Amino acid sequence: MWNQVMEFWSFNDLNVRYVTLGVCLIGISTAIVGCFTFLKKKALVGDAIAHAALPGVCLGFMLFDSKNPIVLLGGAFVTGWISLLAIDLITAKTKIKSDTSIGLVLSIFFGIGILLLTAIQRSGNAAQSGLDKFLFGKAASILPEDVYILGSVGLVLICTILLFFKPLSMVAFDPGYAKSIGIPVGLLELILSTLTVLAVATGIQAVGVVLMAALLITPAIAARYWTDRLWLMVLLAALFGGFSGTMGAMVSYLAPAMPTGPWIVVVISIIAFLSILFAPRKGFVARRLKLVRHRNKVLHENILKAFYHLAEEDASFYQARTAQEIYNRRPMPQKMLAKGLQSLKRKDLLKNESGDYWRLTKQGKEIGQRIVRIHRLWELYLQRFLKMAPDHVHPDADAMEHIISPELEALLVDELGNPQRDPHDREIPYNN
Amino acid sequence: MIIQAENPVVEVHNLSVTYHNKPVLWEADFSIPAGNLVGILGPNGAGKTTLIKAIMNLVDPSSGYVKLFDRPLDEVRPRVSYVPQKESVDWDFPTNVLDVVLMGRFGKRGFFRSWTRKDKEIALACLEKVGMQDFQKRQISQLSGGQQQRVFLARSLAQEADLYFMDEPFAGIDAATEDSILKLLLEMRSMGKTLLIVHHDLQSAFEYFDWFVFLNTRLVASGPKAEVFNREILQETYGSKLTLLHTISNLLTKEGLPMRDETDLE
Ligand SMILES: Nc1ncnc2c1ncn2[C@@H]1O[C@H](COP(=O)(O)OP(=O)(O)OP(=O)(O)O)[C@@H](O)[C@H]1O
Ligand SMILES: [Mg+2]
Repeated sequence: MWNQVMEFWSFNDLNVRYVTLGVCLIGISTAIVGCFTFLKKKALVGDAIAHAALPGVCLGFMLFDSKNPIVLLGGAFVTGWISLLAIDLITAKTKIKSDTSIGLVLSIFFGIGILLLTAIQRSGNAAQSGLDKFLFGKAASILPEDVYILGSVGLVLICTILLFFKPLSMVAFDPGYAKSIGIPVGLLELILSTLTVLAVATGIQAVGVVLMAALLITPAIAARYWTDRLWLMVLLAALFGGFSGTMGAMVSYLAPAMPTGPWIVVVISIIAFLSILFAPRKGFVARRLKLVRHRNKVLHENILKAFYHLAEEDASFYQARTAQEIYNRRPMPQKMLAKGLQSLKRKDLLKNESGDYWRLTKQGKEIGQRIVRIHRLWELYLQRFLKMAPDHVHPDADAMEHIISPELEALLVDELGNPQRDPHDREIPYNN
Repeated sequence: MIIQAENPVVEVHNLSVTYHNKPVLWEADFSIPAGNLVGILGPNGAGKTTLIKAIMNLVDPSSGYVKLFDRPLDEVRPRVSYVPQKESVDWDFPTNVLDVVLMGRFGKRGFFRSWTRKDKEIALACLEKVGMQDFQKRQISQLSGGQQQRVFLARSLAQEADLYFMDEPFAGIDAATEDSILKLLLEMRSMGKTLLIVHHDLQSAFEYFDWFVFLNTRLVASGPKAEVFNREILQETYGSKLTLLHTISNLLTKEGLPMRDETDLE
């Protein structure tokens, strides 16, 4: 097994080299086209086109009695396009909603495709063996001469998208405005549809019609998690698509009996899954972490605030306090308090000289003071500008004190004209 | 009451639009003089958006035609700019503020050439005009509704056109910004530009605009403020919305405008 993997990656086998290159290119070009399909919210349409390619492949074979990729690709292209037109026609001329008409076209075309496939297999035509690979794909069945054709179509797709990148992105974002400034929106949409059908047609031999839409759309979904820049998204999607294509080719080499499509889809799905989990900022983990960090910040600031409040009462800021004193001032779960005290000590905001005696450091005092200050400033702001009653302002200020930035704080001070006392007539402590 | 303009920049001739055989704009026929701030008013679903879209050739009219600067739209496109309702796009699109505004430079730059330094300067200047210069790198999904609206406005300004069609440019914009944008529009008017603006608030519409187009599926009235902003036409436009009319009739009384209809609304 391991030897075989090494053998695959050495690319000594010319056949492997061709097939891998072909599938990789298909993955890249499909993913790039798919970005625009995805952004135009046409993912379902992509699925319908893919399924509609099956009858085209079968008809091509029946008419020309050949498995030449041009014939099969041509057949897929024609029926793919017909399905697109059918969807548009049904949506425009009847009251059927677009998602329903997509589903309708998908199942009708796919049904006819299966019917034709069965008929061909029954006919006993020896040449037909391998046609059923179009259902779930088989990279290993791609011949080197096929790769030339599939690869060049892939290159054409990539170049066309790059050439029209600017207007295509405008049309995807705001077609109405794009048309108003003279961009030929209809033509560009036609080009994009053609590219989508072509991408699907080239991909089905490796991925199969059933799962083709996944290769079209999933790379775009995964890439969207990593960036807010369109060109970067397209680049990442291309990377993901190319990688999953290559992995599919490898599996096909290692286990020739296995269909490739599901493997490619497994790989790209794993990438998507990892993106959803781990992408910076948008990923699940990143958002979770941000929440945890905020919670910790709130905990720390609340403890320091309690220290400061105690200090205000007896006017000695660096007096040692016990955890119990803090708890009495600001009740919170004991465990959290203990944890918070420890990490504040690590941050040099508290000192812990002996046993359960804690005192503020200079820095710790300043933070505590700042929180108290913002709290009181905000209370005053609510009272003055939102006309809230003094006994209603506290809970809101408790949340805001952890959010307001130094810049906002300066604005608040300005707006309120350097106030000295809060609505409860407590001093607003400044840092001087 | 339809008052035609002398030397119109916009001529709409018998324009009708139907969606699935349901007429939503019915034989609109009016013209607009140059250098005016024009308010397009009417209740929800009156066909205001449809009218603008039909003028901009974004929906096919079932009859009628439009001339801008005495020419069909295709011949004068660089002189015409359109601000869509901000709800018409998905703001989660992966792009930033500056790139959206740069779209407005497409007409000057064309299909394949990339933006020049001058394009960027103009785009930035337009952002500044709408008070959004600090947001140029901001991802558009992180804008508030009013900020989105201002980005659309900046994009339109970047076109440096002579005739503007704006679909509710004040929707969701705070009072201070509305004031500064209004100043901007007045300045554009004084440069001889013509602006047609869909607007919902009658009170401010009365203050802002010099010419009015009242729509309610059919064209109710088109003409200068003094001629068409009156109780009868408002009632015809807004039908049974009496509460609205109360405020308006008060406004008219306060402003001492002619009252054609003496029947008491109370
Ligand atoms: N694409 C469409 N298909 C079918 N009907 C539509 C379509 N767009 C608008 N309509 C209908 O046409 C009528 C006019 O719509 P339009 O958007 O022009 O109104 P509007 O005056 O802009 O309203 P609003 O103040 O809510 O923006 C409405 O009744 C609406 O339901
Ligand atoms: Mg509208």
